[in-house]
Amino acid sequence: MAAVHRVEVRPKSGQRDPRADAVIRQAASLGLPRPSAAQHASVYLLEGDLSEGQVRRIADELLADPVTQVAELQARGTVRPRLDALIEVHPLPGVTDPAAESVEAAVRAMFGTAVTVRTGDRYDLGGVQQSDAATIGEKALANAVIHGIHSEPWHPERFPAGHGYSLRIVEVPVRDLTDAQLEKLSREAHLFLSLDEMRAIQAEYRRIGREPREIELETLAQTWSEHCVHKTLKSTVRYREDNLGAGQRSLAASAAPGRPGHAAEADGSVTIRNLLKSTVAAGTFALIDEKRADRIDWCLSVFVDNSGVIAFDEHNAVCFKCETHNRPSAIEPYGGAATGIGGCIRDIMGTGLGAKPIAATDVFCVAPLTGTDVPAGCLPPRRILSQVVAGVRDYGNRMGIPTVNGAVWFDPRYVGNPLVYCGVIGVMPRTMVKGETRRGDRIVAIGGRTGRDGIHGATFSSAEVEHGHSTEFSHAVQIGNAITEKKMLDAMLAARDQADGPLYSGTTDCGAGGFSSAIGEMGKDVGATVHLERAPVKYDGLSPTEIWISEAQERMVLSVPPAKVDRLRAICAAHGVELCDLGEFGSADGTIRLMWHGTEVGSLDTHFLHEGVPMPTREAVWDAAWSAAQVPAAGNGTGVGPRLLDTTCALLAHPNLASKEWIIRQYDHEVQGASVVKPLVGVGTGGPSDAAVVHPVAGSRRALAIGNGLATGWSADAYAMTLAAIDECVRNLVCVGADPARIAILDNFCWPSCDDPRNMGSLVRAAEACYDGALAYRAPFISGKDSLKNQFRTQDGRTIMIPPTLLVSGFGIVEDAERACTMDLKSAGNVLVLVGTTGARMGGSHRAMLGACGHPDTRLPDVDPARGARTAHAVAACIAHGAVRSAHDPSEGGLLPALAEMCFAGGLGARIDLSHVPVAGSDVPDECRAFAEDPHRYLLEIEPSKLGTLQAHLDGIPHAVIGTVTDEPTLELVGIRVPRESTPISALRSAWNTSTGG
Amino acid sequence: MADHAPKALVITAAGINCDLELAQSFRDAGAQPECVLLSELVRNPARIDGYRLIGLPGGFSFGDDIAAGRIMGALIRRSIYPALAAAIERGVPMICPCNGFQIAVQAGLLPGPAAGESWPVEAASPTVALAQNQGGAFRDIWTRVEIPADTRCVWTQGLELDDSTGLLPSAHGEGRLVASDALLDALEANGQVAVRYHADDHFNGSMRRIAGICDSSGLVFGLMPHPERYTRWTQHPRWTRLSAHQRHGEPLGLRMFRNAVERVLVTA
Repeated sequence: MAAVHRVEVRPKSGQRDPRADAVIRQAASLGLPRPSAAQHASVYLLEGDLSEGQVRRIADELLADPVTQVAELQARGTVRPRLDALIEVHPLPGVTDPAAESVEAAVRAMFGTAVTVRTGDRYDLGGVQQSDAATIGEKALANAVIHGIHSEPWHPERFPAGHGYSLRIVEVPVRDLTDAQLEKLSREAHLFLSLDEMRAIQAEYRRIGREPREIELETLAQTWSEHCVHKTLKSTVRYREDNLGAGQRSLAASAAPGRPGHAAEADGSVTIRNLLKSTVAAGTFALIDEKRADRIDWCLSVFVDNSGVIAFDEHNAVCFKCETHNRPSAIEPYGGAATGIGGCIRDIMGTGLGAKPIAATDVFCVAPLTGTDVPAGCLPPRRILSQVVAGVRDYGNRMGIPTVNGAVWFDPRYVGNPLVYCGVIGVMPRTMVKGETRRGDRIVAIGGRTGRDGIHGATFSSAEVEHGHSTEFSHAVQIGNAITEKKMLDAMLAARDQADGPLYSGTTDCGAGGFSSAIGEMGKDVGATVHLERAPVKYDGLSPTEIWISEAQERMVLSVPPAKVDRLRAICAAHGVELCDLGEFGSADGTIRLMWHGTEVGSLDTHFLHEGVPMPTREAVWDAAWSAAQVPAAGNGTGVGPRLLDTTCALLAHPNLASKEWIIRQYDHEVQGASVVKPLVGVGTGGPSDAAVVHPVAGSRRALAIGNGLATGWSADAYAMTLAAIDECVRNLVCVGADPARIAILDNFCWPSCDDPRNMGSLVRAAEACYDGALAYRAPFISGKDSLKNQFRTQDGRTIMIPPTLLVSGFGIVEDAERACTMDLKSAGNVLVLVGTTGARMGGSHRAMLGACGHPDTRLPDVDPARGARTAHAVAACIAHGAVRSAHDPSEGGLLPALAEMCFAGGLGARIDLSHVPVAGSDVPDECRAFAEDPHRYLLEIEPSKLGTLQAHLDGIPHAVIGTVTDEPTLELVGIRVPRESTPISALRSAWNTSTGG
Repeated sequence: MADHAPKALVITAAGINCDLELAQSFRDAGAQPECVLLSELVRNPARIDGYRLIGLPGGFSFGDDIAAGRIMGALIRRSIYPALAAAIERGVPMICPCNGFQIAVQAGLLPGPAAGESWPVEAASPTVALAQNQGGAFRDIWTRVEIPADTRCVWTQGLELDDSTGLLPSAHGEGRLVASDALLDALEANGQVAVRYHADDHFNGSMRRIAGICDSSGLVFGLMPHPERYTRWTQHPRWTRLSAHQRHGEPLGLRMFRNAVERVLVTA
């Protein structure tokens, strides 16, 4: 009869035990008593009808390595002798356990027996109290949100199982509720709908003369969530300027003429209809406008699909999507980050008829790892960062998608709301760019099974986080299984690339909202009938509502012509991918009918579902003084001066600049064998690449540059910040050889709550800058996403707002991979040319953040996108003509840190004269020349013989030779006032190699 | 692709993710690759007889969930092991990079029978382990490598290396080679060490700096680095610094595939 068998696998005596060593290190890093000894064992619990002989064979042939490990079977009630303290960690029931799923599959394949498996980890600790061990368990080894933490070996008689479900159709009376009651319902049912939205639902059900059913309300809440419909960015906005800072661009009434969807008001304010459509998207639609002679003709699909698509060459298209997964990562960073990249990968698979993911990008914003005061309900930033990195590593590496580009930005205001941006790039034949779901197509779901995972994820991600949420919403946390997704990807591409065309007519992924959003979206025009009981489930007891809105990972929905279902089923079977036919697209009245064993449990009008959400007018106020006051005070000048080169070391050690090697090398950033420019380039420990370059199409000389821009230091004015981010993204791409005429960009807004008109005001300024920037650089936005309630309420009632954060991701065509450029200095005797002017303003610079800045002008530098675009084209021409040996963007830290990076990446020295730096205005002191972060600048290494070519292309653009590359191991400089200084390259390198975490 | 080009089998399965670049490397070296699912080969092992080269690619087969390569190795030893052993006895070269190496040692394909002995009917149980890297973490890094002059590996024999281009990329968390000293002595004595990490680049703690080994026939080659990721100069981590002289000829990875393909062509 079935019983639970327990197997422990541990290293043979004399073998290393790296996981035990790690526990000892972690205990130390938490300031807890250091265990005198530690042992780790992998625990496998197998429930099934197995003889002891069978369990022994499974243990020896499958679970343990005969060379390095030994497996022990344990009868129930017997406990292996322990050290002083013991911690055992198991995933909670219902939490995805990928290792267990793999063991179950292997046992079935090898021994033909079905078993249920649970895995876990046992840690024995010597020389510590059980209470200390428990603390290590909670703080370092487990997360109570998803793990059971035991102080004894866990060996249940039976695994807990789900209970059966008997249908109850729940009606939720709303027609007679008062406003107060509507708000109460929205809150208590976790719908997170505003009063206006609840009223709209009430009116609709009064119209059709019945009460809504629970499943219908849940679907409306999901579909209308900020996460899914971007209510804030699509709303009508009334923007006014109460207080415009010196030198800031006015965007009020006077700026309205010529801007689409903008109307100047008599009181000087401006009304903007559908902010997103009238700014970010308007720029793109102007650039691709058929009527324009100079129209951009390489955008193939913008804003309408799961990612934006551009032409790569005659036959191939490339697409790019960037997502955030902030809330789940705040609660369970490992699973949150892993499912973040997993979901973004599915966006690429769900673009058109499916693209193949070829690269990923990751940008994280967290609180400083040391010296941060962590409020109750928040995890320590060091744990968040290391777990987020681990989550991306384990999912991306298993999927075989190289993470080639990223950044980490540190600011104390991210303590309660860390930001996790995951971007994925894909490639597809141009014939696959668009799909079309037709009436009569089958609704086919493939991939993972459905459980209670992530229920309310979409609505939750649209809510402000409170200290209580981490427990209240633990069911919103999901764990991914990368192999389930990899199998699904392989099967989908096989089904797409059939000789007679794809086996499906359309597809989309199950992201936020699960089936409800995927099928709702695909059936928008034709309707659908869905038989929910047909969905494969992880365990018994799921209600139709739970199945409909579950956000279980690794699922895609395909619309499949009936005649092709069997061929698709065969391909899925060969790849070990589960497939189920949920019903049919198309219904007489265009509604979506939800069935449960033949009974209708819900019916949704797709028009009301997708068009019914009310878009209220929002107030936006620009208050420059308030906005400037949000910027944290400068540091106390630690490490600064007296010499410029000492300060350069302090800047290189700033966590935003310092080496991210500890992260980069955990990612397999070369899988698929397509890398041309890697994240770290040059000799020794290398230097930071401005952007990555990959080969999307084997055999083609053409390549793709991938980069990003993030200028959060400029958050005092979101308009300037956004233009600076676009400029940085373009500069990064140009530095590695991209053609600025073939760059497309993406917007990801992460903002504090826009219910505060002042935050709404900075959002408007950022959106207007997207329009102005896209037009000036002729770089269309092709896709975007927003996350707009990033603030944390502490137990004592304080609200911590993140800085307005706009990530600009971009990719651009590199005509010839062999012409790609890297930032490491190449040879002594070459000259260093600085392109672009430097001013006397230190606002937004890392130098100013350090504090004790000798120069008082803290205004942001001027940004002139027209000049930025001209400069980008000129520099790109120099690189394309082979005149440039190395190129680097001096945006973060300014000129000296950028030059230092080029030196140690090249293993060469340099000698420069700051008095040659091209300046804007008369009085620009050495410190500004060295550390100001003016945009539109490039630092280039040129062979003297190529200076002529350079001059020709840089005609009319300020630039100057500021020094030469030397083969001495030092960086040497002289300024207008500062006397000669010099520092060993090794000192600069070790400053940069200061660890930022790990 | 000319008809005389030898057919190469690239075995894929759930979680294998370096199959396409491995196939491309075979193609660049003059072979005709085909990627075939393990499940298909299990159904029809005879299919393996139609190939003259075999590749077991890298990745995270079945998630590497218990240990790297464990599940796929266990599946192979109970299914297509005899067909693979027969292919090797037929003289078919087989390359197993990274996860492929981890799978091969688990499946009893490496280090294989002692010199002069034939392949056992039942797969031998593992005698070489690829344990967690020293330091514990997954690492993606290029390292200088050495090829023992006396190696009998048909993939690496006779390849000359220089300091600036004699590199290979590695990307793994479980690559620390562990085996008994007696076995390692025998492998060294018999020329079965196919590639070593350079003493300055010995990042994962493998015993005797061994990065890859071959069976006693020299045909079956398992290594933790990824030669299939070093077949074009633009994949070299410092290619923008290399002179035209340093970039002459083909990169080390591609030369390994050429070695095997040319051997198959002459023995045809």
